[in-house]
Amino acid sequence: MHDKTIARIRHGLASGEFSSREICEHLLSRIDQLNPSCNAFISVSSELALQHADDADKRRAAGADSPLLGVPIAHKDIFCTNGVRTSCGSRMLENFVPPYNATVVDKLSQAGVVCLGKTNMDEFAMGSSNENSYFGNVVNPWGSNRVPGGSSGGSAAAVAARMVPGCTGTDTGGSIRQPASFCGITGIKPTYGRVSRYGMIAFASSLDQGGPMAATAEDCALLLQEMAGFDEKDSTSIDRPVDDYCGSLNDALDGLKVGLPKQYFTEGLDNNIAASLQASIAELEKMGASFVEVDLPNQHLSVPAYYVVAPAECSSNLSRFDGVRYGYRCDNPADLEDLYKRSRGEGFGREVKRRILIGTYVLSAGYFDAYYLKAQKIRNLISEDFTSAFKEVDMILGPTTPTPAFKIGENSADPVSMYLNDIYTIPANLAGLPGISVPCGLVDDLPVGMQLVGNYFTEARLLNVAHRFQQVTDWHLKSPAK
Amino acid sequence: MQWETVIGLEIHAQLATDSKIFSSSSTQFGSAPNTQANAVDLGMPGVLPVLNREAVNMAVKFALATNARIGKRNVFARKNYFYPDLPKGYQISQMALPIVGEGEVEIELEDDVKKTVGITRAHLEEDAGKSVHDLFHGQTGVDLNRAGTPLLEIVSEPDMRSAKEAVAYARKIHSLVRYIEICDGNMQEGSFRCDANVSVRVSGSEKLGTRAEIKNLNSFRFLERAINFEVERQIDIIEGGGEVVQETRLYDADRDETRSMRSKEEANDYRYFPDPDLLPVEIEDSLIEALRGQLPELPDQRCARFISEHKLPAYDAGVLTADKATADYFEAVLKQSGAPAKIVSSWVTGELFSRLNKDGLELTASPVDEHRFSGLLARIHDNTISGKIGKDILDKMWASEDEADHIIDKEGLRQISDSSELEKMIDDVIAANPSQLAEYRGGKEKLLSYFVGQVMKASRGKANPGQLNQLLKDKLKG
Repeated sequence: MHDKTIARIRHGLASGEFSSREICEHLLSRIDQLNPSCNAFISVSSELALQHADDADKRRAAGADSPLLGVPIAHKDIFCTNGVRTSCGSRMLENFVPPYNATVVDKLSQAGVVCLGKTNMDEFAMGSSNENSYFGNVVNPWGSNRVPGGSSGGSAAAVAARMVPGCTGTDTGGSIRQPASFCGITGIKPTYGRVSRYGMIAFASSLDQGGPMAATAEDCALLLQEMAGFDEKDSTSIDRPVDDYCGSLNDALDGLKVGLPKQYFTEGLDNNIAASLQASIAELEKMGASFVEVDLPNQHLSVPAYYVVAPAECSSNLSRFDGVRYGYRCDNPADLEDLYKRSRGEGFGREVKRRILIGTYVLSAGYFDAYYLKAQKIRNLISEDFTSAFKEVDMILGPTTPTPAFKIGENSADPVSMYLNDIYTIPANLAGLPGISVPCGLVDDLPVGMQLVGNYFTEARLLNVAHRFQQVTDWHLKSPAK
Repeated sequence: MQWETVIGLEIHAQLATDSKIFSSSSTQFGSAPNTQANAVDLGMPGVLPVLNREAVNMAVKFALATNARIGKRNVFARKNYFYPDLPKGYQISQMALPIVGEGEVEIELEDDVKKTVGITRAHLEEDAGKSVHDLFHGQTGVDLNRAGTPLLEIVSEPDMRSAKEAVAYARKIHSLVRYIEICDGNMQEGSFRCDANVSVRVSGSEKLGTRAEIKNLNSFRFLERAINFEVERQIDIIEGGGEVVQETRLYDADRDETRSMRSKEEANDYRYFPDPDLLPVEIEDSLIEALRGQLPELPDQRCARFISEHKLPAYDAGVLTADKATADYFEAVLKQSGAPAKIVSSWVTGELFSRLNKDGLELTASPVDEHRFSGLLARIHDNTISGKIGKDILDKMWASEDEADHIIDKEGLRQISDSSELEKMIDDVIAANPSQLAEYRGGKEKLLSYFVGQVMKASRGKANPGQLNQLLKDKLKG
């Protein structure tokens, strides 16, 4: 029952094979059973979920239908959910219950989903291992000593362990794609502006983008179809019709031109991952795709530029957590300064504080030009690299991560080695481009992902290529779940 | 030593939009605390600002009214600092690319001398909330109703050389923003606030002295007094061998002094950077032209027209056009009453204004509207009543809803212009004052006013003064 994809669940619900309550009850009991060791969920809202499942069943019985009516999913705990605690993985928001929904939450609810709970994440989405959560680290279902990746590690682990067929995630520097790769699932970061950021707690506003995570590209298409679209409440969302992601899934790959960045296939990449990618390339060639080498000369600057821009924005975005209106407030503040210092000192974790400090520094008088402005210039160079490449090719293929899931604690002492995990994913965020991670092999019994990055608003094509790839491979069907 | 004062002003004009600059909350003044603050105004997690285009339109109108360069591409920036009434921990403002660039206004000084004051820039920003210190013992409350109200911060060049010039400039901006209806100008409610940058230097020196920024100047009177105090303070320091410190000072109206608020060292590093939640705003030429078409006649143009068209003295024209409501009132009365411009002008700026001042009322709240006021002036103009009786009638109109005509009829105040009636009264007065008549005829012509007074008294003030004068002179000659 739990191994069903969203597509399969839709079919089962529509045909009356099972009810939404049945599938939701099944998954909730599975969460009960697996979550204590996996820790993929921060909150499980069983009662509310079953109520919504019953509603969905009643509506269906009454002849209603909507694209995802009765389909169980979970939301990353960064999306505000009206009346349901939204912690963002932080002590700061441990008891925060928003009086509003994120637009993504509203849109998926309107499509009929039933939300089973809120998934674990690195605090304020800052991290690549889910070790930075105030609610404890998430364990990768593929290996009890392995991290699930981050920051959407809870979502990735929940799907990989088949506790839920699909989840929302957010991606600022790889936070959907890297955990998808580490957990053997599919995850897409759409074009910046394609999915509304309203009600999605901001980390770095110019980079953050919500997207779906699920076992298959088809399921990602089903979810993204409902999540995407212009939102007048988000000035950076783009007023442009949403493509038919599901309708083009089976399009032929004949004539598809794929670029292989020479900077990606170098010594820094794990040999076994390189081999998995080569095998995947061969599969795609069989279907009519052709491959050429492309040059992305400024790729090596993306991690340093990212670690200026993202902390700069986060230092300002997280200023609102001051202990005055909501969220954590220290006990017995002596005065205003003490209230600020202790509320923030006690409410935020180490990595968040590190990034606030870096961001405050790079925006300071005298450093702004040397760091922030320079990083913005590099950002333009990286975008231009892609623009040139997309004159030659339709999309770019490479690894999602340099290695498979690393061990818990392995990188936690060294922030720079942790940051380098996102070396392949960050460029797409800096340029605002869509990227998808697709399972493409197992290395030492751990899943690895292939990343496809397309031009702006080519989500449909990325999902199409990923789907066709999944028609001839079975890496996405492999699961550690018993 | 001769000292020269250098003053620049920063004026915060609250824009008269219905909703806030980045949220849909109402901007109405005086509501119960925190009833006009939604999730965006409260800086809740994940919420986003959406620009109110009306605020942009108002800023563009200001640029047009001051012949300023319009920032075709303008960018919102975050000004970061912590304060309880600043919900997001940053204020959305504009830094590098403001919506209004260099512009200028002309101010009138004494003796009809004119001076041009430069505007450096004006930018859009959101207002903060208010900290309430006296509501809860030992605690501070925060009211976020005002948070997110649109402000246009208008920064002048350091072009003013005295407190009087600074006040003339502030009044000019005040007049302009009300003319173009982008700000209600209410200083008590904080809709129009001034900060003054003041420094002194030795006359003839090119180099600017160290300045102090004076905050909290919520009336033109305080602006003038605070600058005068500050200038003396700075001169005293320098003449005493000291150095002026760059700092922010607060004006205390009760003590009529400025005092230090924070020094340069304590100043925040605001860490401005472009707000990634808001896209740059492009101002299209078509929008500029559409807004230009909506602009009313501006005070300078209207003043010039009052002089040429209504033949008013420059002083009268200046007073009448300083405020749009006054100019509108004047022109309405002029048209409806048919009275000459100079008469209407002196009645509006004299009798009407003195009564409004006495009652502490704005013209818009005048008990006598332009229609009733016209009715009164029409009767003076057609000699139905004298000006003196007119003043008494205005008092009565002030306290009632009655029209001038109604009061005149009811109280029989119609002016006596019937010469036979007047002649009879004159004859009676002359007959009753033989000795004064003899003196007058003996050359003491000053006694004319005595006779005028006596006849006026007999007519209970209703005698037509011009006619009376003429008739009386004839009769007294004998």
